[in-house]
Amino acid sequence: MAIEKIFKDDASEEKGERARMASFVGAIAITDLVKTTLGPKGMDKILQSTGRGHGVTVTNDGATILKSLHIDNPAAKVLIDISKVQDDEVGDGTTSVVVLAGELLREAEKLVAAKIHPMTIISGYRMAAECARNALLQRVVDNKENAEKFKSDLMKIARTTLSSKILSQDKEHFAQLAVDAVMRLKGSTNLEAIQIIKKPGGSLMDSFLDEGFILDKKIGLGQPKRIENAKILVANTAMDTDKVKIYGARVRVDSMSKVAEIEGAEKEKMREKVQKIIAHGINCFVNRQLIYNFPEELFADAGVLAIEHADFDGIERLALVTGGEIASTFDNPESVKIGHCKLIEEIMIGEDKLIHFSGVEMGQACTIVLRGASHHVLDEAERSLHDALCVLSQTVNDTRVLLGGGWPEMVMAKEVDELARKTPGKKSHAIEAFSRALVAIPTIIADNAGLDSADLVAQLRAAHHKEGCNAGIDVISGSVGDMAELGISESFKVKQAVLLSATEAAEMILRVDEIITCAPRQREDRM
Amino acid sequence: MALAFDEYGRPFIILKEQDQKTRLRGIEAQKANISAGKAVARILRTSLGPKGMDKILQSPDGDVTITNDGATILEQMDVDNQIAKLMVELSRSQDYEIGDGTTGVVVMAGALLEQAERLLERGIHPIRVAEGYEMASRIAVEHLEHISKKFDFEATNIEPLVQTCMTTLSSKIVNRCKRHLAEISVKAVLSVADLDRKDVNLDMIKVEGKVGGKLEDTELIYGITVDKDMSHPQMPKQIEDAKIAILTCPFEPPKPKTKHKVDIDTVEKFQTLRLQEQKYFDDMVQKCKDVGATLVICQWGFDDEANHLLMHRNLPAVRWVGGVELELIAIATGGRIVPRFQELTPEKLGRAGLVREKSFGTTKDKMLYIEHCANSRAVTIFIRGGNKMMIEETKRSIHDALCVARNLIRNNSIVYGGGSAEISCSIAVEAAADKYPGVEQYAIRAFADALDSVPMALAENSGLQPIETLSAVKSQQIKENNPHYGIDCNDVGTNDMRQQDVFETLIGKQQQILLATQVVKMILKIDDVISPSDY
Repeated sequence: MAIEKIFKDDASEEKGERARMASFVGAIAITDLVKTTLGPKGMDKILQSTGRGHGVTVTNDGATILKSLHIDNPAAKVLIDISKVQDDEVGDGTTSVVVLAGELLREAEKLVAAKIHPMTIISGYRMAAECARNALLQRVVDNKENAEKFKSDLMKIARTTLSSKILSQDKEHFAQLAVDAVMRLKGSTNLEAIQIIKKPGGSLMDSFLDEGFILDKKIGLGQPKRIENAKILVANTAMDTDKVKIYGARVRVDSMSKVAEIEGAEKEKMREKVQKIIAHGINCFVNRQLIYNFPEELFADAGVLAIEHADFDGIERLALVTGGEIASTFDNPESVKIGHCKLIEEIMIGEDKLIHFSGVEMGQACTIVLRGASHHVLDEAERSLHDALCVLSQTVNDTRVLLGGGWPEMVMAKEVDELARKTPGKKSHAIEAFSRALVAIPTIIADNAGLDSADLVAQLRAAHHKEGCNAGIDVISGSVGDMAELGISESFKVKQAVLLSATEAAEMILRVDEIITCAPRQREDRM
Repeated sequence: MALAFDEYGRPFIILKEQDQKTRLRGIEAQKANISAGKAVARILRTSLGPKGMDKILQSPDGDVTITNDGATILEQMDVDNQIAKLMVELSRSQDYEIGDGTTGVVVMAGALLEQAERLLERGIHPIRVAEGYEMASRIAVEHLEHISKKFDFEATNIEPLVQTCMTTLSSKIVNRCKRHLAEISVKAVLSVADLDRKDVNLDMIKVEGKVGGKLEDTELIYGITVDKDMSHPQMPKQIEDAKIAILTCPFEPPKPKTKHKVDIDTVEKFQTLRLQEQKYFDDMVQKCKDVGATLVICQWGFDDEANHLLMHRNLPAVRWVGGVELELIAIATGGRIVPRFQELTPEKLGRAGLVREKSFGTTKDKMLYIEHCANSRAVTIFIRGGNKMMIEETKRSIHDALCVARNLIRNNSIVYGGGSAEISCSIAVEAAADKYPGVEQYAIRAFADALDSVPMALAENSGLQPIETLSAVKSQQIKENNPHYGIDCNDVGTNDMRQQDVFETLIGKQQQILLATQVVKMILKIDDVISPSDY
């Protein structure tokens, strides 16, 4: 009696060792893929999309690389997911988290081959992760009280984050930009207030932070190009034809003259609206929606600067910056809050004209203008800067700081090794494996930099045997160096997130002993 | 026989186009069905218990689910076989009724089928087997009642409840912080429970998840969270002592349902219509303001103008709130859902101590918390976790824990876990078997053997010697006449489940045995499977 088939035709099932093998292979393949981008000497990847135009992205950001991959392996999907979450939560460490999870699985594979039950490995990993986290907690530096020192911490973190990206040549410059921008936020993590404008041309060094606000729009014809002491009304209203919103209303006329009359009434209505807007005593009007030529002309006549079609984010940001409110009705001019700024002028960046609002009321927002040779460079620069900004804004909230350059991993590995020695039972193998996986990160950093990793890591380990050692890998000189002197720091929050989510993901994949794949949904062939 | 003859000897066809249908009959059909049922049970067997493994399920669209919840595995498994579908149903009904033990019930059914196969081979009629099982299950259920313990808890002493939820959670991936989650689940259930009526409405507990943070950050919110933000970016982000108007009508001009047309043919009409429209918006906002609302929650969208007017009059508003959430908000704040602006009255407003907007992570994720509500009985469990699959799995685990807590409030009897209840039942059924004359005796004995398979699977998954461990525990139970010995899955050192504080609900266990027996009976009674051939 043959066993009846219980699944649908194309569904497949993999059990036990095979399932575990499939997930290990998938996860390790992903790790090997992104491994080479880790560290200051990590390499970039070219991603070509399969969509229309075959757009090309050059990046070294782990999350970006993984996001664009089409993966079928379920375990690999878990890794991609943690990298995405890392990106959303703390913004940086997206490669590290995948590499650590992959290394944990690589070690687990060996243990499973040595006939240690996955559940034992998991409980060992858990103990190790807890211990590693405590080790980090003991060594954190918190300079919250000392503003001066904290700022230098931020600079170090920014420099460290940027050093692995395309911006590394100008990291000093960009670190300054990022720190200045984040310090302006005064503790809020709302990165929306930092606007990044990309303009091709010039070199990366020409990028600058602007204290005011730059709107990527042109000023209407015949309107003033420069306004001092501007009073700005930020609005979201229809300035084309003001539709009658009552349902079912329509115009029905029987003669041409009536059409003209109605048209006249419509114009009159628009004129009234414009008058009302102007009655607010403003000299600049920014609308989210289109402004037709007629009202634009009216504004020009009144000497009011009218800017149409600013996108929604732009409007929100502008409202935030100038302290005005976003208005949609204009009947009570006295109670609408109007934004102020000292100077509005049209400026030129490269070949484009932009509108520059300077001397704004709320100092929170600012604009970073990125310049660079090509779109790819700019895109990557934006991603790198975004990473730095994320990390910095998170660090402002959680001011604990660690050293970088493989230092945290070595500290953790040492503590975890201690724990392994103290733990009886099979778990100690798993704990040892955890420490090996941690050491793999400095090893990869060294490898990527073309250094002799075996030698360096051994030296590092020896150096860490002493209490209170600050040794890490100095990629520039290719030797073990003092990270505190070199000023390489990382945010505690990032490291903790890396540690915890990597362990969580490894645990999740280890627990699996069966993969059931449903039949792929049949797609209609459009050919 | 698809062909029959009438009284004149002419053949006529009963089953049409028989060559295009596959047909299995008699003992063949039963065996095929049994083997299908067993195959399903075998998949779930490794997920049983605290050391059970997880499964990766890949959906037709390529999404990945990682779980060890029996009901979820079976539901997403894309099963084609009819009998396998029955097993899926079985697990689902356990899920609906009890919420926990969905894996156990399938493993149990699989073991019963396996035993039945042996009996069939010996030539015992399937109906007799089914009847024997029925009797045995009755004995087992009675015995469970006998060994169960009432246990006491009050709103002030939740420890026993927490312990039970921890037993449920310990088999899930979240067992790292099972204590924390168990406490959250129990507190949530107690806050919505009606202890006098012994009833719990789980609909009042909303389980929300957001990726990021860590599992330990999961929290219980005495209130409602809504995955929305204020309609206007400049509205206040925090409102204290909010009076909430809950509306199901849009802030837009009315759209009468009858067909109509408003013709504009003169300038005057155009003007009046315009004024009318302006007044309409003004009226809507004014009405909300008049009744004293300080927050408007609306199921529909706002017109830009209305939005600004709301902002202008200092009336924060939330738009596009889903129907279910709206209802929950209404229950929590004690407000009434108002379908028309005309019907707004001060009594219909809901009240909440604090409404605040909270943002997460580096992206622009915002949620609205409505806390300290007038009627604090609606609560939200807000899960954080490393990745999407983790959150989903945590949601399922929390659901299980909530169900367990609810069952305990409904009926506070418990039995001890770790397979001890099954072993004890097995002993009782075995002993009872000898008293039955007739063939059923064999079936009853087979039932006892099948009961052993659950602790056996537990031992197997925990890396113990299944047969050795089981026989040791069994002899210990008989020798000391103590039904609390079970399998020591976590390597604690004792197999007295009372000391380990591992217990399950009585109704859960009883339901498992009853449901499994019923399905097995149903499968055994089938002696003809007719299915259209595939192509």
